[in-house]
Amino acid sequence: MAYGKKVLDHYENPRNVGVLDKDATNVGTGMVGAPACGDVMRLQIQVNDEGVIEEAKFKTYGCGSAIASSSLLTEWVKGKTLDEASQIKNTEIVDELELPPVKIHCSVLAEDAIKAAITDLKNKAN
Amino acid sequence: MLTPTYMDYSSTTPVDPRVAKKMAKYLTMEGDFGNAASRSHYYGWQAEKAVDEARSQVADLVGADPREIVWTSGATESNNLAIKGIANFYHKRGKHIITLKTEHKAVLDTCRQLEREGFEVTYLDPMANGLLDIEEFNNTIREDTILASFMHVNNEIGVIQDLQTIGDICRENKVFFHVDAAQSVGKIEIDLASLPVDLMSFSAHKIYGPKGMGALYVSRKPRVRLEAQMHGGGHERGMRSGTLATHQIVGMGEAFAIAKAEMKEESERTLMLRQRLYDGFSDMEEVVVNGDLDQRISGNLNISFNYVEGESLMMAISGVAVSSGSACTSASLEPSYVLRALGLSDELAHSSIRFSVGRYTTEKDVDDAIALVREKVEKLRDLSPLWDMYKDGIDLNSVQWAAH
Repeated sequence: MAYGKKVLDHYENPRNVGVLDKDATNVGTGMVGAPACGDVMRLQIQVNDEGVIEEAKFKTYGCGSAIASSSLLTEWVKGKTLDEASQIKNTEIVDELELPPVKIHCSVLAEDAIKAAITDLKNKAN
Repeated sequence: MLTPTYMDYSSTTPVDPRVAKKMAKYLTMEGDFGNAASRSHYYGWQAEKAVDEARSQVADLVGADPREIVWTSGATESNNLAIKGIANFYHKRGKHIITLKTEHKAVLDTCRQLEREGFEVTYLDPMANGLLDIEEFNNTIREDTILASFMHVNNEIGVIQDLQTIGDICRENKVFFHVDAAQSVGKIEIDLASLPVDLMSFSAHKIYGPKGMGALYVSRKPRVRLEAQMHGGGHERGMRSGTLATHQIVGMGEAFAIAKAEMKEESERTLMLRQRLYDGFSDMEEVVVNGDLDQRISGNLNISFNYVEGESLMMAISGVAVSSGSACTSASLEPSYVLRALGLSDELAHSSIRFSVGRYTTEKDVDDAIALVREKVEKLRDLSPLWDMYKDGIDLNSVQWAAH
């Protein structure tokens, strides 16, 4: 199976790889997937006082499409409010990266990751 | 485009130019294109002569009588013919078959089909090094066991089973012994004149012959009978009908003859290359060789780079063509059943890469592959949350994962 251009681009030059302080009150961490399934994504977002995502970082264990999906997501969420970020659908990732059917689960995982990060942030606020 | 370096010889091999050259003489009007079953004219006789010569070449490599070689379309068909052929012919004697969980799908799925037809199959677990537990096998044999099927060399991990010991047990218990030798023939010594083996499957394309060509060894002493699975003109002494593909057969014969002449030298060379490859990785952190390293075919190195997913590593080292036990490389999303049967964790199975070197692999190919893999493993570990956790001393088994 050959990879699409956009997957290759994100895979070779992943954006926003890194770690944020998971204990900071303005940082939300979402870790989804399982090693046994062959993919684990950790997505972290940092919000400013206006509730806008000002920084996003990821690390992913998984296939090229999983890495590309999380890399793309970090680009998309920056500058968005939490509400806007939670609206991102996996199908948008599929369309943008032109993922084949067997790789759709990678995009689902990315959607789960941002939702988990937002939930973590909200739990901290409460 | 620069083509990647080929390091997937266990998957298939290129046809040796000497083989291709010979095959080309059996296709056109100018060549020997005849039907070997045409007994009445020159063209048929020429084809028959070529087929007979190839049959001797195949038999010679494995210490068999040419009359014990049945042509097939490949090892998959040979496995089907052997297992179904024995089961269908001897079902009145018993309906129990024993095999190993790490067999090729051509054996496992054939056994599954026989289960649907009323046979009972025991699928044994290999030991952690991939080898058959001889004592467990001995204890599994029953009064109604008619057949044991074990591969000589495993396609994924390259481990070599002890055919002599297994075969002796089969003979003592009057159990037929079938061996899938697709991965071993032409790479290690096989002497069927002395080995207690009743049926053995061969493939041409694993040792520099053409794809779509194989053979089944069917022992004459003791005599083994099979029920045909392909019916028609009664070719191959009724065991496998169909007009013989002269050019393919000649190709297989030539490939086997070359293997006989060059096997010793070639296996020493591929062992040196495999060792060089292994040495290039052995000082890395969290690297595990899958399967026994000593009881192993020379060209195979199956190795897991922990905390790096196999498919993404293959993508990163796209300059080298290898294969992986990772789920994502197959449609099933399940990691390699062979590695799991060894008791490997799913993570390690997902992180495995199979390198297999062969006739056209050079030292430079190996050195380049080592440099590339080391660089990319480091890059992917920097990207891996699991590597972070490992470095922080977190036991991954203690984490509650959200499985999906």
